[in-house]
Amino acid sequence: MKIGLYPGCSLKGSSREYNESVVAIAKAFNIDLVEVQDWNCCGATAAHNLSKELSLALPARILALAEKEGFEELLVPCAACYSRLSVTQHELNEDQNLKNKIIDIIGMDYKGTTKIINVIQFIDKYITDQIEYKMFRPFRHDVACYYGCLMVRPHDILKFDRPEDPQSMDKVMRKIGANPIDWAFKTECCGAGFSVSRTDIVGKLSGKLIEDASDRGAELIIVACPMCHSNLDMRRAEIEKYLKKKNKMPVLYITQAIGLAIGLDEKTLGLQRHFVPVVLKETGDDYKAEKKEVTQPVETEE
Amino acid sequence: MSSHNNHNESKTLADKILKSTQVSVAKCYQCGKCSAGCPVSSEMDYPPSMVIRMLQTRTPENEEKLLRSKTIWLCLACEMCIQRCPMEIDIPKVMDYLREKSLKENKAHEASKDIIAFHKAFLDSIEKTGRLYEVGLIADYKLRTFNLMQDVAIAPSMYMKGKLAILPDMIKDRKGVAKIFSKTIKKKEE
Repeated sequence: MKIGLYPGCSLKGSSREYNESVVAIAKAFNIDLVEVQDWNCCGATAAHNLSKELSLALPARILALAEKEGFEELLVPCAACYSRLSVTQHELNEDQNLKNKIIDIIGMDYKGTTKIINVIQFIDKYITDQIEYKMFRPFRHDVACYYGCLMVRPHDILKFDRPEDPQSMDKVMRKIGANPIDWAFKTECCGAGFSVSRTDIVGKLSGKLIEDASDRGAELIIVACPMCHSNLDMRRAEIEKYLKKKNKMPVLYITQAIGLAIGLDEKTLGLQRHFVPVVLKETGDDYKAEKKEVTQPVETEE
Repeated sequence: MSSHNNHNESKTLADKILKSTQVSVAKCYQCGKCSAGCPVSSEMDYPPSMVIRMLQTRTPENEEKLLRSKTIWLCLACEMCIQRCPMEIDIPKVMDYLREKSLKENKAHEASKDIIAFHKAFLDSIEKTGRLYEVGLIADYKLRTFNLMQDVAIAPSMYMKGKLAILPDMIKDRKGVAKIFSKTIKKKEE
Protein backbone atom coordinates (compact mmCIF):
# COMPACT_ATOMS: atom_id res chain seq x y z
CA MET A 1 0.00 0.00 0.00
CA LYS A 2 1.22 3.46 -0.91
CA ILE A 3 1.14 6.36 1.49
CA GLY A 4 1.42 9.89 0.13
CA LEU A 5 4.20 12.09 1.49
CA TYR A 6 4.00 15.88 1.63
CA PRO A 7 7.47 16.96 2.79
CA GLY A 8 6.98 20.73 2.59
CA CYS A 9 9.68 23.33 2.00
CA SER A 10 11.70 23.04 5.22
CA LEU A 11 12.25 19.31 4.71
CA LYS A 12 13.74 20.02 1.29
CA GLY A 13 16.01 22.79 2.59
CA SER A 14 17.18 23.74 6.06
CA SER A 15 15.67 20.63 7.69
CA ARG A 16 16.54 18.05 5.09
CA GLU A 17 17.77 15.64 7.77
CA TYR A 18 14.17 15.31 8.93
CA ASN A 19 13.12 14.19 5.45
CA GLU A 20 16.16 11.89 5.22
CA SER A 21 15.33 10.21 8.52
CA VAL A 22 11.59 9.87 7.71
CA VAL A 23 12.41 8.23 4.38
CA ALA A 24 15.14 6.06 5.98
CA ILE A 25 12.95 4.57 8.69
CA ALA A 26 10.04 4.06 6.25
CA LYS A 27 12.42 2.10 4.03
CA ALA A 28 13.73 0.07 6.98
CA PHE A 29 10.16 -0.97 7.82
CA ASN A 30 9.23 -1.62 4.15
CA ILE A 31 6.69 1.18 3.95
CA ASP A 32 6.04 2.66 0.52
CA LEU A 33 6.09 6.47 0.84
CA VAL A 34 5.42 8.35 -2.40
CA GLU A 35 5.99 12.10 -2.63
CA VAL A 36 3.05 14.12 -3.98
CA GLN A 37 4.02 15.41 -7.42
CA ASP A 38 4.47 19.12 -8.08
CA TRP A 39 3.48 20.12 -4.55
CA ASN A 40 3.57 23.76 -3.48
CA CYS A 41 4.30 25.49 -0.16
CA CYS A 42 1.44 25.39 2.36
CA GLY A 43 1.80 29.14 2.98
CA ALA A 44 2.81 28.62 6.61
CA THR A 45 2.46 31.50 9.07
CA ALA A 46 3.03 34.16 6.42
CA ALA A 47 -0.10 33.33 4.43
CA HIS A 48 -2.58 33.24 7.30
CA ASN A 49 -1.04 36.37 8.79
CA LEU A 50 -1.68 38.34 5.61
CA SER A 51 -4.58 36.70 3.74
CA LYS A 52 -7.17 34.18 4.89
CA GLU A 53 -8.13 33.11 1.37
CA LEU A 54 -4.53 32.51 0.37
CA SER A 55 -3.95 30.50 3.56
CA LEU A 56 -6.79 28.15 2.53
CA ALA A 57 -6.11 28.01 -1.21
CA LEU A 58 -2.44 26.95 -0.99
CA PRO A 59 -3.11 23.87 1.21
CA ALA A 60 -6.24 23.08 -0.85
CA ARG A 61 -4.10 22.78 -3.99
CA ILE A 62 -1.83 20.27 -2.19
CA LEU A 63 -4.79 18.21 -1.00
CA ALA A 64 -6.30 18.30 -4.50
CA LEU A 65 -3.03 16.94 -5.93
CA ALA A 66 -2.98 14.15 -3.33
CA GLU A 67 -6.57 13.24 -4.26
CA LYS A 68 -5.68 13.20 -7.95
CA GLU A 69 -2.90 10.71 -7.26
CA GLY A 70 -5.31 8.56 -5.28
CA PHE A 71 -3.64 8.69 -1.87
CA GLU A 72 -6.02 7.72 0.91
CA GLU A 73 -3.48 8.76 3.52
CA LEU A 74 -1.10 11.68 3.39
CA LEU A 75 1.87 11.82 5.76
CA VAL A 76 2.82 15.39 6.69
CA PRO A 77 5.94 15.26 8.91
CA CYS A 78 6.23 19.04 9.38
CA ALA A 79 3.97 20.02 12.30
CA ALA A 80 3.24 23.43 10.78
CA CYS A 81 2.23 22.01 7.39
CA TYR A 82 0.22 19.30 9.21
CA SER A 83 -1.70 21.96 11.10
CA ARG A 84 -2.29 24.17 8.03
CA LEU A 85 -3.49 21.26 5.87
CA SER A 86 -5.74 19.91 8.63
CA VAL A 87 -7.26 23.32 9.41
CA THR A 88 -7.93 23.93 5.70
CA GLN A 89 -9.63 20.57 5.25
CA HIS A 90 -11.74 21.20 8.35
CA GLU A 91 -12.80 24.74 7.39
CA LEU A 92 -13.73 23.76 3.84
CA ASN A 93 -15.70 20.73 5.04
CA GLU A 94 -17.63 22.95 7.45
CA ASP A 95 -18.57 25.61 4.91
CA GLN A 96 -19.80 24.63 1.43
CA ASN A 97 -19.75 28.21 0.12
CA LEU A 98 -16.16 28.70 1.20
CA LYS A 99 -15.28 25.33 -0.33
CA ASN A 100 -16.78 26.32 -3.69
CA LYS A 101 -14.96 29.62 -3.57
CA ILE A 102 -11.59 27.95 -2.90
CA ILE A 103 -12.23 25.30 -5.58
CA ASP A 104 -12.80 28.16 -8.01
CA ILE A 105 -9.57 29.86 -6.91
CA ILE A 106 -7.40 26.74 -7.31
CA GLY A 107 -9.19 25.63 -10.47
CA MET A 108 -8.98 21.94 -9.50
CA ASP A 109 -11.30 19.22 -8.26
CA TYR A 110 -11.28 18.95 -4.48
CA LYS A 111 -13.31 16.62 -2.28
CA GLY A 112 -11.54 16.93 1.06
CA THR A 113 -11.44 13.22 1.84
CA THR A 114 -7.70 12.54 2.22
CA LYS A 115 -6.70 11.35 5.69
CA ILE A 116 -3.93 13.66 6.88
CA ILE A 117 -1.53 12.09 9.39
CA ASN A 118 1.37 13.54 11.36
CA VAL A 119 4.66 11.73 11.93
CA ILE A 120 3.68 10.31 15.32
CA GLN A 121 0.40 8.90 13.96
CA PHE A 122 2.40 7.41 11.10
CA ILE A 123 4.90 5.78 13.48
CA ASP A 124 2.10 4.59 15.75
CA LYS A 125 0.16 2.97 12.94
CA TYR A 126 2.93 1.43 10.86
CA ILE A 127 6.09 1.17 12.97
CA THR A 128 5.58 0.90 16.74
CA ASP A 129 4.50 -2.75 16.71
CA GLN A 130 7.43 -3.68 14.46
CA ILE A 131 10.16 -1.88 16.39
CA GLU A 132 11.05 -4.77 18.69
CA TYR A 133 11.84 -7.03 15.72
CA LYS A 134 14.21 -4.47 14.21
CA MET A 135 15.81 -3.30 17.44
CA PHE A 136 19.58 -3.05 17.20
CA ARG A 137 20.41 -1.31 20.44
CA PRO A 138 18.07 0.24 22.99
CA PHE A 139 18.21 4.03 22.96
CA ARG A 140 19.04 4.35 26.65
CA HIS A 141 18.78 8.08 27.25
CA ASP A 142 16.81 10.48 29.39
CA VAL A 143 14.88 12.47 26.82
CA ALA A 144 12.57 15.50 26.90
CA CYS A 145 9.78 14.95 24.36
CA TYR A 146 8.98 18.35 22.87
CA TYR A 147 5.72 18.47 20.89
CA GLY A 148 5.57 22.22 20.25
CA CYS A 149 2.40 24.04 19.21
CA LEU A 150 1.06 22.80 15.95
CA MET A 151 1.22 19.05 16.51
CA VAL A 152 -1.47 19.35 19.18
CA ARG A 153 -3.19 22.67 18.45
CA PRO A 154 -5.88 23.60 17.52
CA HIS A 155 -7.01 20.47 19.36
CA ASP A 156 -10.69 20.76 18.38
CA ILE A 157 -9.67 20.29 14.75
CA LEU A 158 -6.62 18.03 14.98
CA LYS A 159 -8.06 15.81 17.73
CA PHE A 160 -4.61 14.38 18.33
CA ASP A 161 -3.28 13.26 21.72
CA ARG A 162 -3.86 15.46 24.79
CA PRO A 163 -3.44 19.20 24.20
CA GLU A 164 -1.68 19.66 27.56
CA ASP A 165 0.86 17.01 28.57
CA PRO A 166 0.61 14.85 25.43
CA GLN A 167 1.94 11.28 25.66
CA SER A 168 2.23 9.78 22.16
CA MET A 169 5.90 10.69 21.61
CA ASP A 170 6.79 9.57 25.15
CA LYS A 171 5.23 6.19 24.32
CA VAL A 172 7.34 5.79 21.18
CA MET A 173 10.48 6.77 23.14
CA ARG A 174 9.77 4.13 25.80
CA LYS A 175 9.35 1.57 23.04
CA ILE A 176 12.91 2.17 21.82
CA GLY A 177 14.32 1.98 25.35
CA ALA A 178 14.52 5.68 26.25
CA ASN A 179 13.31 7.31 29.45
CA PRO A 180 11.04 10.30 28.74
CA ILE A 181 11.30 12.80 31.60
CA ASP A 182 8.47 14.86 33.09
CA TRP A 183 8.86 18.52 32.28
CA ALA A 184 6.78 21.65 31.91
CA PHE A 185 7.39 22.88 28.37
CA LYS A 186 6.09 20.05 26.17
CA THR A 187 3.70 22.26 24.20
CA GLU A 188 5.15 25.75 24.75
CA CYS A 189 6.05 27.76 21.65
CA CYS A 190 9.74 27.93 20.54
CA GLY A 191 9.27 31.26 18.73
CA ALA A 192 8.45 29.52 15.44
CA GLY A 193 8.01 32.00 12.61
CA PHE A 194 10.26 34.64 14.20
CA SER A 195 13.38 32.56 13.47
CA VAL A 196 14.66 35.31 11.17
CA SER A 197 12.70 38.46 11.99
CA ARG A 198 12.85 38.45 15.83
CA THR A 199 15.74 36.22 16.91
CA ASP A 200 15.70 37.86 20.36
CA ILE A 201 12.23 36.41 21.03
CA VAL A 202 13.33 33.00 19.70
CA GLY A 203 16.35 33.07 22.05
CA LYS A 204 14.10 33.76 25.02
CA LEU A 205 11.28 31.28 24.31
CA SER A 206 13.59 28.48 23.16
CA GLY A 207 16.03 29.30 25.95
CA LYS A 208 13.37 28.86 28.62
CA LEU A 209 12.43 25.43 27.37
CA ILE A 210 16.00 24.21 26.90
CA GLU A 211 16.78 25.37 30.42
CA ASP A 212 13.80 23.48 31.87
CA ALA A 213 14.73 20.30 29.97
CA SER A 214 18.35 20.59 31.22
CA ASP A 215 17.33 21.32 34.81
CA ARG A 216 15.12 18.25 34.87
CA GLY A 217 17.92 15.98 33.73
CA ALA A 218 17.27 15.47 30.03
CA GLU A 219 20.31 14.45 27.93
CA LEU A 220 18.58 15.44 24.73
CA ILE A 221 15.41 16.90 23.30
CA ILE A 222 13.26 14.95 20.85
CA VAL A 223 11.19 16.95 18.34
CA ALA A 224 8.80 16.33 15.44
CA CYS A 225 8.75 19.77 13.82
CA PRO A 226 11.37 21.40 11.56
CA MET A 227 10.75 24.88 12.97
CA CYS A 228 11.22 23.67 16.55
CA HIS A 229 14.40 21.94 15.45
CA SER A 230 15.90 24.87 13.59
CA ASN A 231 15.13 27.25 16.44
CA LEU A 232 16.52 24.94 19.16
CA ASP A 233 19.53 23.83 17.10
CA MET A 234 20.56 26.63 14.71
CA ARG A 235 19.61 29.45 17.08
CA ARG A 236 21.71 28.04 19.94
CA ALA A 237 23.91 31.14 19.96
CA GLU A 238 20.86 33.35 20.68
CA ILE A 239 19.65 30.81 23.26
CA GLU A 240 23.00 30.82 25.06
CA LYS A 241 22.97 34.61 24.99
CA TYR A 242 19.58 34.61 26.73
CA LEU A 243 20.64 31.92 29.26
CA LYS A 244 24.00 33.64 29.80
CA LYS A 245 25.68 30.22 29.75
CA LYS A 246 26.69 27.47 27.33
CA ASN A 247 24.29 24.64 26.61
CA LYS A 248 25.25 21.76 24.35
CA MET A 249 22.16 19.58 24.62
CA PRO A 250 21.55 17.93 21.22
CA VAL A 251 18.12 18.07 19.57
CA LEU A 252 17.03 15.00 17.61
CA TYR A 253 14.03 14.31 15.41
CA ILE A 254 11.89 11.42 16.64
CA THR A 255 12.73 9.65 13.37
CA GLN A 256 16.49 10.01 14.00
CA ALA A 257 16.14 8.47 17.48
CA ILE A 258 14.21 5.51 16.04
CA GLY A 259 16.81 5.21 13.27
CA LEU A 260 19.67 5.00 15.79
CA ALA A 261 17.76 2.40 17.82
CA ILE A 262 17.33 0.14 14.78
CA GLY A 263 21.00 0.59 13.83
CA LEU A 264 20.79 2.97 10.88
CA ASP A 265 23.91 4.91 9.98
CA GLU A 266 24.20 8.41 11.45
CA LYS A 267 24.86 9.88 7.98
CA THR A 268 21.75 8.21 6.60
CA LEU A 269 19.85 9.98 9.38
CA GLY A 270 21.55 13.31 8.67
CA LEU A 271 23.01 13.79 12.17
CA GLN A 272 26.07 15.53 10.72
CA ARG A 273 23.82 18.38 9.56
CA HIS A 274 23.03 19.56 13.09
CA PHE A 275 24.64 22.70 14.51
CA VAL A 276 24.81 21.33 18.06
CA PRO A 277 27.00 18.22 17.67
CA VAL A 278 25.20 14.96 18.39
CA VAL A 279 27.61 13.16 20.69
CA LEU A 280 26.02 9.99 22.03
CA LYS A 281 27.19 6.49 22.71
CA GLU A 282 25.34 5.58 19.50
CA THR A 283 27.51 7.89 17.39
CA GLY A 284 31.19 7.99 16.54
CA ASP A 285 33.83 5.42 15.57
CA ASP A 286 33.52 3.08 18.58
CA TYR A 287 29.92 2.52 17.70
CA LYS A 288 30.71 1.77 14.08
CA ALA A 289 33.23 -0.88 15.12
CA GLU A 290 30.71 -2.40 17.48
CA LYS A 291 28.02 -2.34 14.81
CA LYS A 292 30.16 -4.45 12.51
CA GLU A 293 30.58 -7.12 15.20
CA VAL A 294 26.91 -7.43 15.97
CA THR A 295 25.12 -9.70 13.57
CA GLN A 296 22.02 -10.52 15.63
CA PRO A 297 19.55 -7.87 16.70
CA VAL A 298 19.59 -7.20 20.44
CA GLU A 299 16.43 -7.99 22.34
CA THR A 300 14.75 -5.08 24.07
CA GLU A 301 13.01 -4.87 27.37
CA GLU A 302 9.37 -3.93 27.37
CA MET B 1 -31.92 43.69 7.61
CA SER B 2 -30.84 45.61 10.66
CA SER B 3 -32.81 48.57 11.91
CA HIS B 4 -31.56 52.09 11.40
CA ASN B 5 -31.03 52.44 15.14
CA ASN B 6 -28.34 49.80 15.01
CA HIS B 7 -26.67 51.32 12.03
CA ASN B 8 -23.61 52.52 13.93
CA GLU B 9 -23.28 49.33 15.92
CA SER B 10 -23.16 47.13 12.86
CA LYS B 11 -20.06 48.97 11.77
CA THR B 12 -17.95 48.15 14.80
CA LEU B 13 -14.90 45.95 14.46
CA ALA B 14 -16.46 43.37 16.78
CA ASP B 15 -19.38 42.98 14.36
CA LYS B 16 -17.16 42.74 11.33
CA ILE B 17 -15.11 40.06 13.07
CA LEU B 18 -18.26 38.14 13.97
CA LYS B 19 -19.48 38.30 10.38
CA SER B 20 -16.19 37.37 8.78
CA THR B 21 -14.89 34.76 11.25
CA GLN B 22 -17.93 33.79 13.35
CA VAL B 23 -15.89 34.60 16.46
CA SER B 24 -17.92 36.39 19.13
CA VAL B 25 -15.79 38.54 21.42
CA ALA B 26 -18.90 39.29 23.51
CA LYS B 27 -18.47 35.91 25.26
CA CYS B 28 -15.25 36.92 27.01
CA TYR B 29 -15.53 37.38 30.80
CA GLN B 30 -11.89 38.46 31.28
CA CYS B 31 -10.50 35.48 33.16
CA GLY B 32 -7.08 36.28 31.72
CA LYS B 33 -6.00 32.69 30.97
CA CYS B 34 -5.07 33.67 27.41
CA SER B 35 -2.74 36.42 28.60
CA ALA B 36 -1.22 34.13 31.24
CA GLY B 37 -0.53 31.40 28.69
CA CYS B 38 0.60 33.63 25.82
CA PRO B 39 4.39 33.21 25.37
CA VAL B 40 4.81 36.75 24.02
CA SER B 41 2.35 38.74 26.13
CA SER B 42 5.23 40.42 28.00
CA GLU B 43 6.43 41.90 24.67
CA MET B 44 2.97 43.13 23.65
CA ASP B 45 1.46 46.58 24.13
CA TYR B 46 -1.93 44.94 24.83
CA PRO B 47 -2.07 41.30 26.01
CA PRO B 48 -4.69 39.03 24.34
CA SER B 49 -7.42 39.44 26.99
CA MET B 50 -7.09 43.22 26.68
CA VAL B 51 -7.43 43.01 22.88
CA ILE B 52 -10.74 41.23 23.37
CA ARG B 53 -11.83 43.76 26.02
CA MET B 54 -10.96 46.67 23.70
CA LEU B 55 -13.07 45.10 20.96
CA GLN B 56 -15.94 44.74 23.45
CA THR B 57 -15.88 48.51 24.14
CA ARG B 58 -16.77 49.13 20.48
CA THR B 59 -15.17 52.56 20.48
CA PRO B 60 -13.40 53.84 17.35
CA GLU B 61 -10.46 54.95 19.55
CA ASN B 62 -9.79 51.44 20.85
CA GLU B 63 -10.29 49.89 17.44
CA GLU B 64 -7.77 52.27 15.95
CA LYS B 65 -5.28 51.45 18.75
CA LEU B 66 -5.59 47.74 17.95
CA LEU B 67 -5.01 48.16 14.22
CA ARG B 68 -1.90 50.21 15.04
CA SER B 69 -0.71 47.93 17.85
CA LYS B 70 2.50 45.91 18.15
CA THR B 71 0.46 43.07 19.63
CA ILE B 72 -1.16 41.85 16.41
CA TRP B 73 2.25 41.39 14.77
CA LEU B 74 3.85 39.77 17.82
CA CYS B 75 1.21 37.05 18.01
CA LEU B 76 2.97 33.82 16.99
CA ALA B 77 -0.28 31.98 16.23
CA CYS B 78 0.81 29.23 18.63
CA GLU B 79 -2.88 28.77 19.54
CA MET B 80 -2.25 28.47 23.29
CA CYS B 81 -4.89 31.15 24.02
CA ILE B 82 -7.77 29.32 22.33
CA GLN B 83 -6.61 26.04 23.83
CA ARG B 84 -7.03 27.42 27.33
CA CYS B 85 -10.04 29.73 26.78
CA PRO B 86 -13.01 28.43 28.81
CA MET B 87 -15.35 30.13 26.32
CA GLU B 88 -13.45 28.76 23.30
CA ILE B 89 -12.99 32.21 21.75
CA ASP B 90 -10.76 31.80 18.70
CA ILE B 91 -8.32 34.63 19.44
CA PRO B 92 -5.81 33.57 16.72
CA LYS B 93 -8.57 34.09 14.14
CA VAL B 94 -9.24 37.55 15.57
CA MET B 95 -5.51 38.32 15.30
CA ASP B 96 -5.46 37.15 11.65
CA TYR B 97 -8.42 39.41 10.91
CA LEU B 98 -6.81 42.42 12.61
CA ARG B 99 -3.48 41.88 10.82
CA GLU B 100 -5.11 41.63 7.40
CA LYS B 101 -7.11 44.80 8.06
CA SER B 102 -4.17 46.69 9.57
CA LEU B 103 -2.08 45.98 6.49
CA LYS B 104 -4.86 46.88 4.05
CA GLU B 105 -5.40 50.21 5.81
CA ASN B 106 -1.68 50.86 6.01
CA LYS B 107 -1.74 51.03 9.80
CA ALA B 108 0.90 48.46 10.69
CA HIS B 109 3.09 49.47 13.64
CA GLU B 110 6.55 50.79 12.78
CA ALA B 111 8.25 48.26 15.10
CA SER B 112 6.65 45.41 13.12
CA LYS B 113 8.26 46.23 9.80
CA ASP B 114 10.84 43.42 10.01
CA ILE B 115 8.17 40.85 10.81
CA ILE B 116 5.97 42.01 7.93
CA ALA B 117 8.97 42.19 5.59
CA PHE B 118 9.70 38.56 6.41
CA HIS B 119 6.12 37.45 5.71
CA LYS B 120 6.07 39.37 2.42
CA ALA B 121 9.45 38.03 1.29
CA PHE B 122 8.21 34.53 2.19
CA LEU B 123 5.05 34.86 0.09
CA ASP B 124 6.91 36.45 -2.84
CA SER B 125 9.15 33.43 -2.99
CA ILE B 126 6.16 31.06 -3.14
CA GLU B 127 4.40 33.18 -5.74
CA LYS B 128 7.42 32.97 -8.05
CA THR B 129 8.57 29.37 -7.59
CA GLY B 130 5.67 27.57 -5.90
CA ARG B 131 7.88 26.64 -2.98
CA LEU B 132 9.89 28.50 -0.41
CA TYR B 133 13.36 29.32 -1.73
CA GLU B 134 15.28 29.97 1.47
CA VAL B 135 18.32 31.72 -0.03
CA GLY B 136 16.03 34.01 -2.02
CA LEU B 137 13.88 34.63 1.04
CA ILE B 138 16.86 35.74 3.13
CA ALA B 139 18.26 37.95 0.34
CA ASP B 140 14.84 39.52 -0.22
CA TYR B 141 14.33 40.01 3.53
CA LYS B 142 17.73 41.68 3.88
CA LEU B 143 17.00 44.08 1.06
CA ARG B 144 13.64 44.97 2.53
CA THR B 145 14.98 45.56 6.05
CA PHE B 146 18.63 46.54 5.47
CA ASN B 147 19.59 43.94 8.10
CA LEU B 148 22.43 43.07 5.78
CA MET B 149 24.81 41.57 8.33
CA GLN B 150 22.27 39.32 10.03
CA ASP B 151 23.13 35.62 9.97
CA VAL B 152 26.30 36.04 7.93
CA ALA B 153 27.85 34.00 10.76
CA ILE B 154 25.64 30.93 10.31
CA ALA B 155 25.09 30.98 6.54
CA PRO B 156 28.43 29.32 5.61
CA SER B 157 27.84 26.54 8.17
CA MET B 158 24.34 26.01 6.82
CA TYR B 159 25.78 25.66 3.36
CA MET B 160 28.52 23.25 4.51
CA LYS B 161 25.95 21.11 6.30
CA GLY B 162 23.84 20.90 3.16
CA LYS B 163 21.03 22.96 4.65
CA LEU B 164 20.99 25.65 1.95
CA ALA B 165 19.93 24.90 -1.58
CA ILE B 166 21.65 27.43 -3.82
CA LEU B 167 19.10 27.14 -6.62
CA PRO B 168 15.33 27.42 -6.18
CA ASP B 169 13.21 24.28 -6.39
CA MET B 170 10.68 25.33 -9.03
CA ILE B 171 7.40 23.50 -9.45
CA LYS B 172 5.97 22.85 -12.94
CA ASP B 173 2.60 24.50 -12.49
CA ARG B 174 3.92 27.91 -11.43
CA LYS B 175 1.13 29.56 -13.41
CA GLY B 176 -1.44 27.77 -11.28
CA VAL B 177 0.17 29.03 -8.08
CA ALA B 178 0.54 32.56 -9.46
CA LYS B 179 -3.17 32.46 -10.30
CA ILE B 180 -3.98 31.55 -6.69
CA PHE B 181 -2.11 34.69 -5.61
CA SER B 182 -3.83 36.93 -8.15
CA LYS B 183 -7.23 35.61 -7.03
CA THR B 184 -6.56 36.08 -3.32
CA ILE B 185 -3.95 38.36 -1.75
CA LYS B 186 -3.26 40.30 -4.97
CA LYS B 187 -6.88 40.72 -6.02
CA LYS B 188 -8.18 44.24 -6.63
CA GLU B 189 -10.31 45.69 -3.87
CA GLU B 190 -13.99 44.97 -4.23
